[in-house]
Parts: sequence; C-alpha cells; structure tokens
Amino acid sequence: MKILVCISKTPDTTAKIAFADNNTKFAADGVQWIINPYDEWYALVRAIELKEADASIALHLVNVGGADSEPIIRKALALGGDEAIRVNSENADSYNIAAQIAAVAKDGGYDLILTGKETIDYNGSSIGGMVAEFLDMPYISNASKLDVQGTEATVVREIEGGEETDKVQLPVVISCQKGMAEQRIPNMRGIMGARTKPLKVIEPAATETLTSVVSYDLPPAKAGVKLVPADNPEELVRLLHEEAKVI
Amino acid sequence: MVLVFLDQADGHIKKSSFEAACYGAKLAEMLGTTAEGILLGTVNDDVASTGTYGLKKVHTVADASLNNLDAQVYTKIIAQAVEASGADVIIFSHNSSGKAIAPRLSVRLKAGLVSGAAALPDLSNGFTVKKTVFSGKAFANIAVNSAKKIIALNPNSYDITTTGGTAEVVPFTATIDAARVKVAGTSKVTGEIPLSEAEIVVSGGRGLKGPENWNLVTDLAALLGAATACSRPVADTHWRPHHEHVGQTGLAIAPNLYIAIGISGAIQHLAGVNRSKTIVVINKDPEAPFFKAADYGIVGDAFEVMPKIIDAVKKLKSA
Ligand SMILES: Cc1cc2nc3c(=O)[nH]c(=O)nc-3n(C[C@H](O)[C@H](O)[C@H](O)COP(=O)(O)OP(=O)(O)OC[C@H]3O[C@@H](n4cnc5c(N)ncnc54)[C@H](O)[C@@H]3O)c2cc1C
Ligand SMILES: Nc1ncnc2c1ncn2[C@@H]1O[C@H](COP(=O)(O)O)[C@@H](O)[C@H]1O
Repeated sequence: MKILVCISKTPDTTAKIAFADNNTKFAADGVQWIINPYDEWYALVRAIELKEADASIALHLVNVGGADSEPIIRKALALGGDEAIRVNSENADSYNIAAQIAAVAKDGGYDLILTGKETIDYNGSSIGGMVAEFLDMPYISNASKLDVQGTEATVVREIEGGEETDKVQLPVVISCQKGMAEQRIPNMRGIMGARTKPLKVIEPAATETLTSVVSYDLPPAKAGVKLVPADNPEELVRLLHEEAKVI
Repeated sequence: MVLVFLDQADGHIKKSSFEAACYGAKLAEMLGTTAEGILLGTVNDDVASTGTYGLKKVHTVADASLNNLDAQVYTKIIAQAVEASGADVIIFSHNSSGKAIAPRLSVRLKAGLVSGAAALPDLSNGFTVKKTVFSGKAFANIAVNSAKKIIALNPNSYDITTTGGTAEVVPFTATIDAARVKVAGTSKVTGEIPLSEAEIVVSGGRGLKGPENWNLVTDLAALLGAATACSRPVADTHWRPHHEHVGQTGLAIAPNLYIAIGISGAIQHLAGVNRSKTIVVINKDPEAPFFKAADYGIVGDAFEVMPKIIDAVKKLKSA
C-alpha cells in the first residue's frame, strides 16, 4: 500500500497576526513556521502508525510551496515519512494547490491520500475534497478514526452533533482531525535519518487559479470588558438579559 | 440565478441551510436575479415553506438513497442541477456537508470557492467575499475570478429573516450514481444540544478543579438551553468528553453567547471561540488573558459566583 500525506506550512499557533503592504500580505517577520497541526498530529502520525503495523507500506509526503517549506518537510520526514515531494510553487489558491497535489498523486498511484481537516492560516477545509474530485476518488472529511483492512477503510467522521462510521474501498482521500492519533516528538535517530531521505523538488504542472486574496482585515477591537463586582453576580444576569439581550 | 444547497439530516432541513437561503436570497437581490434551492433525499418538512427564507423555487431529488451523504454522488447531482438551471452562484453552509461537497463542486464546475464566508460579497469591483482566516483572528477579502462561483457560509454568521412566502417545489430528474461510501452507522449525542448549532454555550476550564464540579456548568446550561464545552486540558484529562473540546485543535464555534468559567483564555482556546457574539468570562485572576477578549466579566471564585448566577437565571426564567 502507498500512502500520501499532504503537509502544509503554517505560522505557529501563538504567532502574532498582522499584515503588511497596505494589508495585502501577512507580516511574516519573526514568525515561527510549523507543520499545520492537523497534518502533523493526525494525518501524518496516523499514517506512521499504519506503517508501523505493516512495514510494506510506502509513506510519501507532498508539499506545495517554496524552498522555505523544507524545514517543515524535513521535520515530517524525521517523524516518519519515507520520502517527500515538494512542488515548487508559491502564492497559489486552493484550486491550484489541489491540482498540483492531484498531479503528484496520479503519478504515484496512492491508495490513501491524507490531508488535515484545514490549514490554521487559510482555514479552507477544501484541498482534500478538491484533490478527490480531480482524481475521481471518494472523499471523507473531518475523520476522527481510520483503520484499513485489506482494500477497505473504516472511517469515523464528525457530523453535527455526533459521528458517522463509513466503509469505503481504497483508493480514498480523507481529511483528518482530532481523535485519529496523538502528537509525537521526533527522536534523534529520526532527525539524523531525515537528512538523507529523498526530498524531490518538481516544477508546477498547473498554473490556473480561480481566486485571489485582495486584502486582509483584522476584526474590530472589542470595546473592552464590562466588569461586574463578584459580590453582585445577579447584575451580570440582568445585563445579559436587558443590555446584551442574549438570555 | 443563485442556487442554495439545502442540507438535511434525520428528515429535517438544517437550520444552517435557512441561514444560507437568506444569504442567497439577499445576494440574488443584489445581483438582480432570484434564489432557488436544491434538496437531495427525503424529508418530513414542508419544502414549500422554505419560501419564507426568500427561495422562489426548490429543486428536489426525493430519493431515499440520498439520505446518507456521499460527497461524490451529491456533487454530480448538484452539477447537473447547476447546468439545467443556469445557476451562476452556489451557496452552501460551511458545515460538515458543505465541507465535503463544496470543494468537489468547485473542481467539477471550475468555480472559484470561498469557504468560511463571513459576509455578503462586495460587488463594487468584481466579486469579493470576506472569509475568516487565521482561525478567526483575521479576515481575508477573496476575489472570485471564475464565471461560476461557490460560497460556503460560516454557520451563525448571517441573520435569518422570514418573509412568509412559499417556494415552488419542482422534482429534478438526475442521474444518481451508486454510493462508494457506505454508512455503517451513526451515533448522535441525544438529549444534548449539538455544540456546533447551539446559540448559547457554557464552557469550563481547569479552574473548575475536577469533573465532580461540572454541575456548575451543566446546571446553568440546562437553564439556558445551552450546549456545554470545555478547554483542551479538560478533555485531555477526561474530565469531559472529547466532542466538547473547543479551540484551535477542537471545534470552532460562533454562538450568540459564550460563557467561559475558569478558563485562562490561551490564544489557542480563543481561536475556537473568538467569533462568538457576546463573551462572558468568570475567572478569579484579574490578569487572565480571556478578559481582553470578553464583553462581560466577573473577577471572582467560580465556586462562589456560579451558584448565585444559577439562582438569578432561575428567577429570571420563572418570572
Ligand atoms: C498547538 C496547540 C494547540 C492547542 N489547542 C487548544 C485548543 O484547541 N483548545 C484549548 O482550550 N487549548 C488548546 N491548547 C492549550 C492552551 O494553550 C491552554 O493550555 C489551555 O487552553 C488552558 O486550559 P484552561 O484555561 O482550562 O487551563 P489553565 O490555563 O490552567 O487556566 C485555568 C484558569 O482558571 C482560573 N481559575 C482557577 N481557579 C478558579 C476558580 N476557583 N474560579 C475561577 N477561575 C479559576 C485560573 O485563574 C486560570 O485562568 C493548545 C496548545 C497548543 C500548543
Ligand atoms: N501548500 C500545501 N501543500 C500540501 N498540502 C497542503 C497545502 N495546503 C493545504 N494542504 C493540505 O490540505 C489541507 C486542507 O487545507 P485547506 O483547504 O487550506 O484548509 C491541509 O491540512 C493540508 O493537509
């Protein structure tokens, strides 16, 4: 079996969100870049667990991004990927990124393509579904469990107010979220080994985009908290009822 | 024409779809056209009554095999409906179904997708849609440059208004593929309000000391008809079930009222709740970061304050 995990690079969860160039660009100065947490903790670690249970599995990584993606790709290799492909393309939209991943996936003949449920910067929740449509594969989104027996995957996905268990024949694209696996820390052997694992750089196949970012805005600042004295919490209830009108 | 996907589960159209319908109707008005709906599967609701949300027509494919979602099957049917009806903008709710279908449809129709939309498009210079980015910490204005366009609207971000109108219900004949995804079972939290759809959420953090104190959260939630939530360490230590975990790595919610009790307000927690319309924080530490994101707050001990709040709400509800 061959697994492809889609890895994206995002600002660290504590990064200060600010914009430059007339609010048209994310101000990246001093920002720490990480593997998007959903890609790392859930998609990648689950793929590694599947490989640990079946050594014949080939585990590949794909990233669409510039050379500055390489540190996060190396980290993913240190955690346990076998080899990685970077499509050398920047500032593309979701449609374009998905087209690049689909082109890589088509060449590689993967049985399982895993993504995170969303990137924590663009919050698209889109790439997985788009890749699946390009490849005419089934797609299960927001999966919290994944098991594979032979050519069949059993997947639990989140739905409003509960979960649904699905069975599907491989190949399939799955977007992963909490529940699927637990975060891991790469060990020294992994880090050393990652230096020599193959990281192939290819040029983008598709050029088309359908959307573009015009500008960014920060949400309006809160007016400031209205504090109610601790000895009169009844006043809070009155304010919520009469002023905010939310209860 | 603006086509709105009406999502359903357990025989009922979801509330988030009514929101999408109102949004679609308003957008249609802005574009000088009309809004129609598409409904797949069988429902017990009176479909014509969705006209009250501004839909002129609803195309229905009332085939029970569609009561389970297979995003691939759904996408092909919706694409046929788009072609037959000549829709140029398709609206989804950015909920579990929308996240599965809208991206596929985007590729199939070569229609630019804006998911997580937070407002109506700006038509003054092309077609630009505001969406949440950076987990609710910012917005991006996205230009959609393709002829056909898809918008997936954040739940709880557009007001539902009713007109009293009725929609014409027209059966749509589509080619329906066999589903490749087989649903083996569903389990839903019963007797509880699903967190993602709740208008009020009461949430507890590590400040509550242990699961035995959770009646302070659940009693208030029951009185307010609210859902309950918690911070990540609370779910990680199994004080509360995992599906209650909100934040960067848990669920992102946007209720009208979010009440946080004994939660510090770490940036990763805020990422999941900062779109709430009114935020109330109860924390004994005046320096807790959550107060900066709050509308109302009490600096005090939850064990003293909460019973009094619960009593006051009881009084209010019985008045
Ligand atoms: C990558 C990453 C992702 C993360 N994702 C999430 C996420 O999705 N969701 C999330 O919640 N966290 C997340 N975290 C963890 C987050 O950083 C915080 O550690 C966590 O939110 C803290 O939970 P807490 O506020 O319940 O606990 P604490 O930080 O321990 O805060 C407890 C609070 O209770 C107050 N308190 C104590 N006693 C009382 C009392 N008697 N009455 C009133 N108040 C009292 C204290 O003053 C304190 O402010 C993430 C962290 C990382 C690094
Ligand atoms: N540039 C990228 N390269 C590789 N994978 C990506 C990239 N962007 C997004 N993905 C994958 O697609 C998922 C969803 O992204 P998004 O649709 O932007 O929320 C992410 O969690 C990643 O797994």
